[in-house]
Amino acid sequence: MPQKTFRQAINEALHQEMKRDDRVIVMGEDVAGGSGASGDKDAWGGAFGCTKGLLGAFGPARVRDTPITESAFIGAAGGAALTGLRPVAEIMYVDFVGVCLDQIMNQIAKFRYMFGGTASTPVVIRASYGAGRGGGSQHSQSLYPIFTHIPGLKVVVPSSPYDAKGLLAQAIRDDDPVVFLESKMLYNTTGEVPDGAYTIPFGEANIVREGGDVLLVAIGRMVGVAEEAAKTLETEGISCCVLDPRTPSPLDEDTILEKTEEIGRVVIVDESYPRCGLAADISSLIAERAFPSLKAPIRKVTPPHSPVPYAPVLERAFVPTPDRVVEAVRAVAKG
Amino acid sequence: MAAIHPVVMPVWGVIMTEGTVVKWLVAEGDDITPELEIVEIETTKVTGGLEAGVSGKLRRIVADNGSTLPTGALIAVISDPEVPEAEIESFVAGAKTEVPTAPVAPPQPATIRVGDIEINALRLGEDLPGTPLLLLHGFGGDLNTWLFNHGELASDRQVVAVDLPGHGGSSLAFGSGDLASLAGIVAGTLDALGISRVHVAGHSLGGGVALKLAELRSDRLASLTLIAPVGLGAEIGGNYIPDFIAADRTRAIKDVLGRLFADSAAVSRDMVEGVQRFKRLDGAGDALRTIADAVFPDGRQKEDLRRSLGQVPAMVIRGEADRLVSASHVTGLPASVEVITIADAGHMPQMEQPGPVNQAIRRQMAKADA
Repeated sequence: MPQKTFRQAINEALHQEMKRDDRVIVMGEDVAGGSGASGDKDAWGGAFGCTKGLLGAFGPARVRDTPITESAFIGAAGGAALTGLRPVAEIMYVDFVGVCLDQIMNQIAKFRYMFGGTASTPVVIRASYGAGRGGGSQHSQSLYPIFTHIPGLKVVVPSSPYDAKGLLAQAIRDDDPVVFLESKMLYNTTGEVPDGAYTIPFGEANIVREGGDVLLVAIGRMVGVAEEAAKTLETEGISCCVLDPRTPSPLDEDTILEKTEEIGRVVIVDESYPRCGLAADISSLIAERAFPSLKAPIRKVTPPHSPVPYAPVLERAFVPTPDRVVEAVRAVAKG
Repeated sequence: MAAIHPVVMPVWGVIMTEGTVVKWLVAEGDDITPELEIVEIETTKVTGGLEAGVSGKLRRIVADNGSTLPTGALIAVISDPEVPEAEIESFVAGAKTEVPTAPVAPPQPATIRVGDIEINALRLGEDLPGTPLLLLHGFGGDLNTWLFNHGELASDRQVVAVDLPGHGGSSLAFGSGDLASLAGIVAGTLDALGISRVHVAGHSLGGGVALKLAELRSDRLASLTLIAPVGLGAEIGGNYIPDFIAADRTRAIKDVLGRLFADSAAVSRDMVEGVQRFKRLDGAGDALRTIADAVFPDGRQKEDLRRSLGQVPAMVIRGEADRLVSASHVTGLPASVEVITIADAGHMPQMEQPGPVNQAIRRQMAKADA
């Protein structure tokens, strides 16, 4: 099976879906080339290189550079979806969503509902998220809880190249709006990715690792952090199951509850802010529906309720690490 | 001369590059016989017991429980009892320096073009003389079905395992999908490989394809070993085909695959994931349905191929606990056909009890070669 990077997996899904369906278009800042720099076409392939090669393959009508105006192009993507296209719009950093949240939360997410099911809005909004690159507090947030909070949006946070490709294909084929968030720390990670097109259904958690002592729930970049912790803990005789929900919305509640009932000890690892964050949401689900099976309190490993710091030392202290996960697991594994 | 036998991390199948010692089943100083399972080895696909293969005394355990090593790395030493301790010591020391630091790349399957269809095929022992052996897997499987057979059988002849059309890494679009069309594509694959005559071992659907090949091109077949084959009876136990096609979530796939084994715990996470990944591919569902509609309309087998059994020397193997192909399928066969029943095996005896199955395939080929 060929090994590919997360970035290549995203790129391949875009290529295959654009080839499969003429209605799929890609739009965003520098997706066709960073023409502001030297006038080269397709010089960058988007800020993170994910759209490289699309311009040559599908032409400027379907691969559109936009002004640095998220409010305009996200609104345009919603309108294009409403009138029959299937746009994939790229927001460079999810932090920039502030200026176009009305378009997403009040328009795109609501059309199907407001028009009594007669309209659909098949738009995908891709964006990078997360800390770790010294981007500072306006370029490093993990804002998927904001979208998860809004009914009418589907939210995807892939953790591996294989999942990224299959979930992005599913997002593009989905008739509802999907927010697709990619950890910028994962773009260069590699894994097995089939050459052919495939889809992974939403709302289906992935059991990344089996284990019987403690359940680790983690999403996106934190899946790797949880796995690393699980490896360390294995040498201490504590076996951890790692569950990746893949899609915060729809959330695979059944698998989370089943695994909780089976294992009885839960640590949730999440990069989003702790207040009203994904860990809090999953924790409440477990507390409400699987409380009798718990053998220890639910533990959350998250950043503090603070902006993401710029100073490298502080940024490292902010993001959950395998060590912090190990510590949390040890605390619940006793007794 | 007193002999020292290294025990190394085995290569099971074609994808294994490293393995983990789960548990030693014997201790240093124990007497060893060839069939004794001495250690449990875990690979990404499956956990299995390693047989010693030689007689002697277990002198050293080099790889402790829990250690992961590349294939070919020394994990223990067996020797005749009279070999002095110093000699064992220097053998281990010498071997340690030779342990490959990185896993050896496994042999890679190649794409064979048959008209506009691509067939994924893995050849082992290409340079060995004698009539080659062709391995054909069952419905919904792929060439990894032969994980425990392919390398073992390729010790003295070329062994080719293919992914049937609509399976594994082969084309997902391939014509009508009935047994004759599948057999035609398999014959085309042999042409492309320059192989004129083969022994065939076919499992389940692959057994049906082999029987069809015997009907259409008996001149090309040296012998047949049919494992729980399609074509010898009408019914398929437990609604397997529709259930396999419908299964999408992990649990459903695990449940349906469990029916293939006498011990359903043999279904590993990776086996489930492999099937799930295949089924997610665009066109995989259609491919499976095309073959199912052509070969198993309404969940029953369309063709009775018992008459083809007389064409070529044939042997039939069935797991005693097979829930898909009942014992009635292997009764009343021509007297020339040897029927072997394997204990503690379901529909996948080649995976559950590879030792006796490999032995039977070898015997069948030797008989036909003689």
